[in-house]
Amino acid sequence: MLEIKDLHVKFHTRDREAVAGVTLTIHDGEILGLVGESGSGKTVTAMSVAGLLPRRQCDYRGEVLLDGQDLLHADRDFLRTVQGKKIGVVFQQPMNAMDPLIRVGEQVGEVLRIHTDMSPEERRRASLEAMDAVELDDPEAVYRKYPHELSGGMLQRAMIAAAIVIRPSLLLLDEPTTALDVTIQAQILELLKKLNAESGVSMMFISHNLNVVRKLCTHVAVMQRGLLVEEGSTADVFYHPQHEYTRHLIDAIPRRRKYQ
Amino acid sequence: MKSMLRRVLMLLATMLIVSFLTYAAFELISGDPAEAMLGTQATPARVEALRKELGLDAPFLVRYARWLLGFFSGNLGVSYSYKLPVAELIAPKLAVTLWMCLISFIIISVISLPLGVLSYQSAVGRFGWLHTTLNQFFMAVPPFFTGILISWGCGVILRFFTPGDFPDLHADPAGALRYLFFAAVCIAIPRVAMMLRMMRSTVISEMEKDYVQTAISRGNDRQGVLVGHVLKNSLVPAITMLGQTMAEIVAGGIVVEQVFGIPGLGRLLVASIANRDYPTVQAVVVILAFWVVFAGMAADLVNQCIDPRLRLGGES
Amino acid sequence: MKKKMNGYLIAGLIITCILAGLTILGYFYTPYDPTAMSGAAKFQGPSMAHLFGTDNFGRDIFSRVLKGSGTTVFIASCTVLIGAVAGTAVGAVTGYFGGIVDDILMRMNDALTAFPSILLALVVISILGPGSELNVIIALGIVFIPSFARLTRTAFASIRDRNYIESARLMGAGSARILLIHMLPNTLSVLLPAITIGFNNAVLAEASMSFLGIGVTPPDASLGYMLSEAQGMFARAPWYALSTGLMIILLVFGVGLIGEGLQRLGKEAKY
Repeated sequence: MLEIKDLHVKFHTRDREAVAGVTLTIHDGEILGLVGESGSGKTVTAMSVAGLLPRRQCDYRGEVLLDGQDLLHADRDFLRTVQGKKIGVVFQQPMNAMDPLIRVGEQVGEVLRIHTDMSPEERRRASLEAMDAVELDDPEAVYRKYPHELSGGMLQRAMIAAAIVIRPSLLLLDEPTTALDVTIQAQILELLKKLNAESGVSMMFISHNLNVVRKLCTHVAVMQRGLLVEEGSTADVFYHPQHEYTRHLIDAIPRRRKYQ
Repeated sequence: MKSMLRRVLMLLATMLIVSFLTYAAFELISGDPAEAMLGTQATPARVEALRKELGLDAPFLVRYARWLLGFFSGNLGVSYSYKLPVAELIAPKLAVTLWMCLISFIIISVISLPLGVLSYQSAVGRFGWLHTTLNQFFMAVPPFFTGILISWGCGVILRFFTPGDFPDLHADPAGALRYLFFAAVCIAIPRVAMMLRMMRSTVISEMEKDYVQTAISRGNDRQGVLVGHVLKNSLVPAITMLGQTMAEIVAGGIVVEQVFGIPGLGRLLVASIANRDYPTVQAVVVILAFWVVFAGMAADLVNQCIDPRLRLGGES
Repeated sequence: MKKKMNGYLIAGLIITCILAGLTILGYFYTPYDPTAMSGAAKFQGPSMAHLFGTDNFGRDIFSRVLKGSGTTVFIASCTVLIGAVAGTAVGAVTGYFGGIVDDILMRMNDALTAFPSILLALVVISILGPGSELNVIIALGIVFIPSFARLTRTAFASIRDRNYIESARLMGAGSARILLIHMLPNTLSVLLPAITIGFNNAVLAEASMSFLGIGVTPPDASLGYMLSEAQGMFARAPWYALSTGLMIILLVFGVGLIGEGLQRLGKEAKY
């Protein structure tokens, strides 16, 4: 469903290409983990998919095909019909990603307001359902809260609810658990797994944490300096890493047994 | 509710400090009001008698307390030069000045708030330098200069009002307000430029925030991002600034009253300073300062309605 | 981008240099005696003989504008000097040492912001007595201290705990040395634009006060007082008000552009 073909992105302010020819495919229902250290180009890849590239500040070529339609060169009007509706995005810092002055519930339902002609009451019901689906306790109460009144974990659940409320076919998750406590992190991962199993939504999960990726993803792609160095099913990549860099990354995972 | 109470207390505290500073300053310099009232030829006995009568023999803090109580009960003392109660002198002028400040404030808000957000687009574009340059230029225009031009152009030539002939606020409110409008415009011009400059940098910094990315990723168009999210977030600093602008409006008003011949507090103040009429100066200064403090608090209250984070009253 | 940012600075410097040149020239030489009256040359429009025309007494307005701008610039410069030096001293000490003195001074500062600057200047001038140049300088100087103090306090407090200050302290540098040699230069990026803004406010405040007749009074010419003269004869000699008003605007505009340029340079340097 999502095909990235030979994607290049170069920011005017940098000498090196941020993304230097990435080719990737995500099939229906897959969860792809995009791994790499910071500056490896994984976030820029995701931004290209989400239509968030600052187009005036960079050169780009290649193709980003969602269900066969190119997004990379699509005009803004077309892009808007995809953003939010077919592609939901969850960002790293839930506290900053929420508009501080708007009630959480309204932000969850914002996508519906933009893309459907549901009545406010219908939107409310759909938002509450989505908030229930991400296992927020007492959605009614959370609906009325402002972002600063919620914890990071709750906010991230609300952000996920906002991303799935319209049932997009692809979820882009840009390090969604990095800013959270370890226990909350585990809960969110469980939640994402459950959502994938129940609705079959595809996901692109960006992380620098291989451990997290192994728990969640069906496929893994490893990036280094703008290039894709390794790609395959999670099991393949973890047990038969082909590339030196991938092996380094895997070796860097702390293993419990060593210390027991 | 609790934070409201705190605000009101803060307001009272600020007013207390403001009034104390003013009172103390004038006590220090004005010398003996009894002597001032009686003139230099008065006998020491008569001066002493008047001192007793005016309560000047009491300690400083007691006199300040009396003065403050008097202030709030409408007793502002007696003007040296007019030999009238200051309250009587001020009352008709107060309304004129407050109306002028209010009209100017409305002009500034109505123009700069929407324009600040709307002009964002062109201000970051190719002609951004033009915006900045125009802003700097209009910020440099002193209200009394525009006042001269407007009272000549709109008054003498176009006859929208008669410069120097201010209609009575009660007898002809429409005429008086029309007259005040032109004065208010003069005060507003540099302030609008200042507000626009500030609004623009606010909107630019808001546009770089993460929630804007979120809003775009949900399929908002430019309008949706700007009006649905950025506008509200930019409003808080803008309103704070508007509150502070009241001080500048009052300052501009003092001068503009002179240009237009408006019988307001500003002209009274200037005349009283020239005449060394301290009770009047004191009262006018404190009233104007209170008005400014009050505007600042009103801005705070409005901001609390917009921004839920401020409602905690700074507990976090 | 960079070109554009320096553009403000360059344009501002050009305007300011021209005006400063004229103003300095006015101290030594004016085409006519600015106070010399001439019955024959009343209300003359701008011409080669009188660039900006003449007023009701036949005085040459160009000469008066040069002299007046000299007075205004002198007062504004002194004012900013007082405000910046005293304000920086107060701000540096309170920002560096913190504590109760800091708290009290800042509370007083807050209360003082309730007074519009001109109002405060009027209070001070009414205490000192109106009509003298020195008193105007003192009054405005005092008024500008709090804003400079607040600004430098923030700047000093923010770099107080930086590593290089810490190491200077460990190397045994005294407080005065740290404040002057190590900290002051690092606050210049905030201080310089503030000085330009302060200068502009001082020009406008001085002009306002003189316009009201409680600032500089004749025989000294000041742009503000000249404007109030010009208002009365606007119908017959509009060039008087226009040339005086434009002089004020250009003065403030030029320095404002310099401030804008400096501010942007400062922002650039941070990244």
